[in-house]
Amino acid sequence: MSLQEREILNKTEINILISRLTRQLIENHNLFQQSVLIGVQPRGIYVANRLQEKLKELSGIEVVTGSIDTTFFRDDFRRKDKPLLPSVTNLDFSIEDKKVILIDDVLFSGRTVRAAMDALLTYGRPSSIELLVLVDRRFSRNLPIEANYVGKYIDTLSNERVEVMWQEIDGTDKVILVKK
Amino acid sequence: MKGLSTKHLLGIEHLEKEDIDMIFQVADNFKDIINRPIKKVPTLRDITIANLFFENSTRTKLSFELAEKRLSADVVNFSAASSSVKKGETLIDTVNNILAMKVDMVVMRHPSPGAAEFLSKHIDSVIINAGDGTHEHPTQALLDAYSIREKLGNVSGKKVVIVGDILHSRVALSNIHCLQKLGAEVKVCGPLTLMPKYIESLGVKIETNLKKALEWCDVANMLRIQHERQEIKHFPSLKEYTLQYGLTQEILDSINKELVIMHPGPINRGVEISSEIADSDSAIILDQVENGVAIRMAVIYLLAGKI
Repeated sequence: MSLQEREILNKTEINILISRLTRQLIENHNLFQQSVLIGVQPRGIYVANRLQEKLKELSGIEVVTGSIDTTFFRDDFRRKDKPLLPSVTNLDFSIEDKKVILIDDVLFSGRTVRAAMDALLTYGRPSSIELLVLVDRRFSRNLPIEANYVGKYIDTLSNERVEVMWQEIDGTDKVILVKK
Repeated sequence: MKGLSTKHLLGIEHLEKEDIDMIFQVADNFKDIINRPIKKVPTLRDITIANLFFENSTRTKLSFELAEKRLSADVVNFSAASSSVKKGETLIDTVNNILAMKVDMVVMRHPSPGAAEFLSKHIDSVIINAGDGTHEHPTQALLDAYSIREKLGNVSGKKVVIVGDILHSRVALSNIHCLQKLGAEVKVCGPLTLMPKYIESLGVKIETNLKKALEWCDVANMLRIQHERQEIKHFPSLKEYTLQYGLTQEILDSINKELVIMHPGPINRGVEISSEIADSDSAIILDQVENGVAIRMAVIYLLAGKI
């Protein structure tokens, strides 16, 4: 099986998208007094961290940020060969009556977001949940879920995979499309 | 990442170190979940688990049942006292009848050593051993080691002494295997009449003097004297056992060292451990019970992935 790679976003483009998404958040959340960022494990947390940094840079606001693991709420347990091993949920604040901004790197089938919302609701009742994604693979949804904030829309085939790479773990910031 | 190396949990003896590490890692997540306002996840909503207890149990049975319910599995309970076993049904027939009702996993406690392994060879289902006679009690050993890891940061390099009735104890055997696999050093302490003949072949040293054992160790795991398993007298009287091997404030004061005190329960207060010690800050007995639910959730979760 040969893998073909195509770069969709480079470091500069990702930075521009993060800046734009941050400004959109500021427009809707003002001073973020009742708002929290929650990254979806495992890879949404990197987007959440970038947004948190950018927000501080642009407006000096330090927004409360956490992460949520969806493993035990997924609907594909026992439908995969490998076991699903959980990541850490890090929510050391109450989400009761908060405006939650749920953050992930790629929106594809919508199933992870569904699981993340279920997982989130076990911690309390937020006043609202919004969804922010860096990349939206549109026309590929299995569930009626759409993002409120989108970095970039990408049209893909089902045998393609979108990979978002980050400096912290992969050595560079870029988004690539991999064809199986 | 691979899953567990085994389809059943029959004993610690055949587990790999990687299996134990994986169970601990998943248990960390479940420990977090059972401390939330909503202590439940929907993961196993399509699974049914039968708890078969051919021998009495309070803690283990409750702990398994809670673990199953926290994972949203359907649970059926069975205890030998109120069953057709009394009418002469064999173990395999009993279990096959239960499985015919579409049960996916069996948790079994049985008075005969090897019962779980025997069942796993004749039954097409996932088996978790919840104690088989004097053989193994794997989930207890896992939760004990997990509690040591939680309290001291690591199991590797720690010195653990298991005190008391080693001869009749499945907890002791499973603990020895588990602690050694994780790199701890283990000694056993108690009267020689309560030591199994070949215990030293497991790489475990015997210490008959409690004070010396306590001076050596970081963790003391106090076992219960199992009155119900003693057909003959192994020591003259309970009073004499307590004088020699009972853990009291005096003996702890005399060694002048911080120890972690464990007990798998049920406690015979004033026999193997004094009330004062059992209720003290160095005792992690109730932490063990809490961790038991998280560990059992992790074991069930990882094995359910193989169904």
